[in-house]
Amino acid sequence: MKHKTFFWFFLPTALAMLLFIALPLTSIVSQSFHAPHEEVLLIAEICDPFGCKTESTIDHQATEQLKQDKPLGQWVGFEIYTDRNHLAFKEVAQFWHSRSSFTGFVSSLNNLPFYRAMGFTLTYVIVVTPLVILFGLIIALAVNSLHRHLKGLMVFFSLLPMIVTPLVGSLILFWMIDARGIVGSGLQEIFSDPNLSLKASTGLTWITLIVYGVWHSAPFAFIVFYAGLQTVPKETLESAMIDGATRFQQVMHVVVPHLAPLVAFVALIQLMDNFRVFEPIVGFSAEAHATSLSWIIWNDIGQEIRLLSSAATTSVLTIIGVVILLLPVLIKTWREFNPEK
Amino acid sequence: MTSNQIKRPLGLQLLIYGFVLLWFILAAFPFFWTMWGSFKVELDFFSKGDWTHAISGVRTQAVYGESFTGAGYEGAWIQEEFWRAFSNTAIVCFFTVLTSLTIATLGGYALSRSGFRYSFWLLIIALVFRALPPITLVSGYLLPFYEWNVWGLLPTTIIVLVAINQPFTLWMLHSFFQTIPKELDESAKVDGCTQFQAFRHVIIPVMWPGVITAGLFSFLLAYNDFAVTAILLNQENQTMVPKIASFMGTTQTEGNVMFAVAAVVSAIIPLFLLVLFFQRQLVSGLTAGAVKG
Repeated sequence: MKHKTFFWFFLPTALAMLLFIALPLTSIVSQSFHAPHEEVLLIAEICDPFGCKTESTIDHQATEQLKQDKPLGQWVGFEIYTDRNHLAFKEVAQFWHSRSSFTGFVSSLNNLPFYRAMGFTLTYVIVVTPLVILFGLIIALAVNSLHRHLKGLMVFFSLLPMIVTPLVGSLILFWMIDARGIVGSGLQEIFSDPNLSLKASTGLTWITLIVYGVWHSAPFAFIVFYAGLQTVPKETLESAMIDGATRFQQVMHVVVPHLAPLVAFVALIQLMDNFRVFEPIVGFSAEAHATSLSWIIWNDIGQEIRLLSSAATTSVLTIIGVVILLLPVLIKTWREFNPEK
Repeated sequence: MTSNQIKRPLGLQLLIYGFVLLWFILAAFPFFWTMWGSFKVELDFFSKGDWTHAISGVRTQAVYGESFTGAGYEGAWIQEEFWRAFSNTAIVCFFTVLTSLTIATLGGYALSRSGFRYSFWLLIIALVFRALPPITLVSGYLLPFYEWNVWGLLPTTIIVLVAINQPFTLWMLHSFFQTIPKELDESAKVDGCTQFQAFRHVIIPVMWPGVITAGLFSFLLAYNDFAVTAILLNQENQTMVPKIASFMGTTQTEGNVMFAVAAVVSAIIPLFLLVLFFQRQLVSGLTAGAVKG
């Protein structure tokens, strides 16, 4: 295809991505270096028979004018990045110097919103991703050995948790695990503890969110692995069987290596998706015990006065996180594309 | 395969069936439970004392004289105007899918037919864009949208959703077009067609399976979005998902939780039908990217 033809074919999609992805990216970067204007104060000396005093009033007109002239706000450099709500250098240094133990240091980091969110986000990514791959593989192996008609039915029902809107899916589970819901009250019966509530403690809330994450994403891994299982070379399996491999050995040494590229693919998609975990926190009303990077951005924007600069700063930090996460993949693709000469 | 099945010992067979059954319950039961419960009153849906009340609807019978009631649906759809959110969702999804397919088809086709280095880089950039959480972009939209006075409107949100959908749709259609032999449009070009005529007369007739699959995923992205629609739409133009979220905030008083339950079930039904009719396309779409690598 000629360059010129390519250009015209690609122009609409390029424009869409340029205007609504690339441009907002630059806009949040510049926003993150600006803080909202302070109000312009008028200082006037008022004298009356009892003496003179200075009085400051807000000059609304001048404030408006300033906002009009510089809608981004005032330049503050890296000030927002280092403030308490983001990287909090000062507080971290302070905690480090006054630490009694390393765990004490980590738990005091938990009081800083950014590190708290980072802690949950990373835990979620690290725990959910391998569990999704494991469960997906087991479900795929189990369903693949079923009768043909049952397979179709299982695929249909397995798709539901994945396809359903994350917020809706998490609300459904939230109502079930409510202390008055079927699972919640069932758990109270099992542990014979009438006050047991999955929402009350941080640990249980994290477990709930992780269970939701696996429930939501395992179907994706299942479908991908299931498709992969249909292409396992039969000859290799048969020769493994003739050589006396047990069923488990066949799975470990023939099936799993065959699925390895798919595992990498699922892992990549899962890393990207789990890193943005957000809706379940809203759905489970879990913000008291667990926050994620996406959630604190949302929280900043959702305020009465939208804290755009703060949200933009967290966004930039999140994007840096995404890029670090993707870096191995990008380097690998780069190497494949530029073989050493 | 069949030889494998014959020789499977009973214990393993039981284990497999047990596991499949467990997964089936985990995957399907929450939906059926909530659908069933949406026709009850709150005290039945959340019946702490006796869970069988949620099935039999004892309290519902006491209030309405029947064990099923549409009160939750009436409250959500009429009183809380969920129908408005539903129609907004329909508009947003329709136009998002239409626009993103149109422009991504052209772009994906061009990428699959261009052997130049830049097409590879464009795909990599699209991958990075795909990895960005949509909410990180949202704070970048707000200032310009306020400035131009387009915040809160449906078309604005549609354009944003189209753009956010592009990287994914582009990848999907790119790998689909690669499965269509190049010789097809090459020969049309030898016969004197321009590239666009070749696309128009040779590719368009055979591209529908791939386009339908990409359309389904594009639909799901628009339908399921919460971050963008919740922030970029005003009260009146709200779509279903942010509307449900706002139910949670405002209607925690007794009785009104059932509005949210009814709204949630209403939002699931279209997805249920989607899986029912397009199961094969969804599965092929999920695996297309994987098999391609």
